[in-house]
Amino acid sequence: MSADTDVEALRRQGRIVVVGASLAGLRAAETLREKGFTGSLTMIGDEPYEPYDRPPLSKQALLGRARPEDTALPRRRDIDAEWRLGVAAEGLDRDARQVRLANGDTVPYDRLLITTGTRARPWFHPEEAALDGVFVLRTRDDCARLHRKLTGGVSRVLVIGAGFTGSEVASVCRELGLEVTVVERGPAPLVGALGGVIGAVADRLQRKKGVDLRCGISVTALEGDDVGRLRRAHLSDGSAVDVEVAIVSLGAMRNTEWLAGSGVAAGARGIACDAGCRAFDVNGIVTDDIYAAGDVARSPHPLFDYQFLALEHWGNAVEQAEIAAHNMICSSPERRPHLWLPMFWSSQFGVNIKSVGVPSLGDQLVVTQGTLAEDRFVAVYGYRGRVIAAAAFDGAKWMGFYEQQIAAGAPFPPEYGTVDRRTGTLQAVDPGFPDPHLPTHGPTVTLTGHSPSERRVEFVPSHA
Amino acid sequence: MRLVVDLNRCQGFAQCVFLAPDVFALHGDEALLFSPRFDEAHRDRVEKAAAACPVQAILVDYSDEPTKGVEPHVG
Repeated sequence: MSADTDVEALRRQGRIVVVGASLAGLRAAETLREKGFTGSLTMIGDEPYEPYDRPPLSKQALLGRARPEDTALPRRRDIDAEWRLGVAAEGLDRDARQVRLANGDTVPYDRLLITTGTRARPWFHPEEAALDGVFVLRTRDDCARLHRKLTGGVSRVLVIGAGFTGSEVASVCRELGLEVTVVERGPAPLVGALGGVIGAVADRLQRKKGVDLRCGISVTALEGDDVGRLRRAHLSDGSAVDVEVAIVSLGAMRNTEWLAGSGVAAGARGIACDAGCRAFDVNGIVTDDIYAAGDVARSPHPLFDYQFLALEHWGNAVEQAEIAAHNMICSSPERRPHLWLPMFWSSQFGVNIKSVGVPSLGDQLVVTQGTLAEDRFVAVYGYRGRVIAAAAFDGAKWMGFYEQQIAAGAPFPPEYGTVDRRTGTLQAVDPGFPDPHLPTHGPTVTLTGHSPSERRVEFVPSHA
Repeated sequence: MRLVVDLNRCQGFAQCVFLAPDVFALHGDEALLFSPRFDEAHRDRVEKAAAACPVQAILVDYSDEPTKGVEPHVG
């Protein structure tokens, strides 16, 4: 039987299993059906809910303008799937081609798509994490619980970590009229994702809105009372804050533990896969039946020196899922690469923040439109003389232009004139990213491979 | 009935806010908030908003049934 007949049989009557029933999993399933897959489709998810949208959970849902249970994603079509919800995948047997579930069931597959995403990084001390009043924010249930708590008569809230989620939560707290203390280990909010120059703007914005922001220090311990309720947080500068609620916003961890021992190249940085979303095995050999997409995947990107890129981005989950679905049911000449340009948004303290490209790769920065002082600007990041990223505060309309500049590898500093360009701001400066060797929760874009210009392996011929 | 806005595409033109103010709202100068679920009473306005979006960032699902076959298998 030729490879093409195999693909035909697969499209007609194959078994496709999707592990991870969230945005990427749903969009992949819809794409499979759109492209004529008529075999059996199984959706496995550890949460008991059908796929829902997460971005509102730290914004309108937490604010009380939408209910967390109303965030179920709109469907683009009926996917006619068997849903296995509320039960996590626990293991993968590549030889038998089956997924093992936490309840002991096994689900056989011809093609497997892994979209298990990430989870919130918990507080490092398990007993303190278990105190009543200590929260993380990732799921629908997290959001519902936290909203109830925040509107239930608390006075002061502690947010641990000022990345995007932490800053959005702090913004909501202020809007709900709560006193909020934000503790950030780095020198400014958002510093891991956007660097210190833009971080300084976020810093000013938070203070202006009444946040008690403390940067350059960390929370060393959470203290409870004798019935296990959070009472106080101790900080590395020796001070303490009396709080009843702490929201741990220390970034995300990739859900790959269930793949331990499976032979798939999965670890803390995600699942390594090729540009066509096919997962690698631990020997660096590409599989042809296991695919990965969304937050959990990392794959090489030509715009960024073919380094492996892991993206915790909404748009990436959608695009990568569509590519993975397409490639799963195609013969190899028809397969397409996933070359999406990273794009990200956040809204906090009334400002719309957008970024395109990979800011954290930038070695220089110029403000091309507006000024930092006005909290309304576009900043462009350069890397080795070309445009690599742009970030905007209330400048969404310009992002499409910069997206093209990045895709085209336009020279940096930019030579073009732009609307609202101020002559005083065109001097390129260091964007102020923290040392990449230091741990940070900040970036939602992570380069996880080594640079190809670096030689890691040396060939030593044996003597004749 | 459910909707989602691709906020990567959204450029803050606010046509949706103008046409369906009960479902879409601006937060500050250009950050969009929306109600991910809406009812029949808003259908016409949401339809107009989705059609009028200059960057076509609004995805709407007008059906109100739960997804077929979705029952949590617990245990």
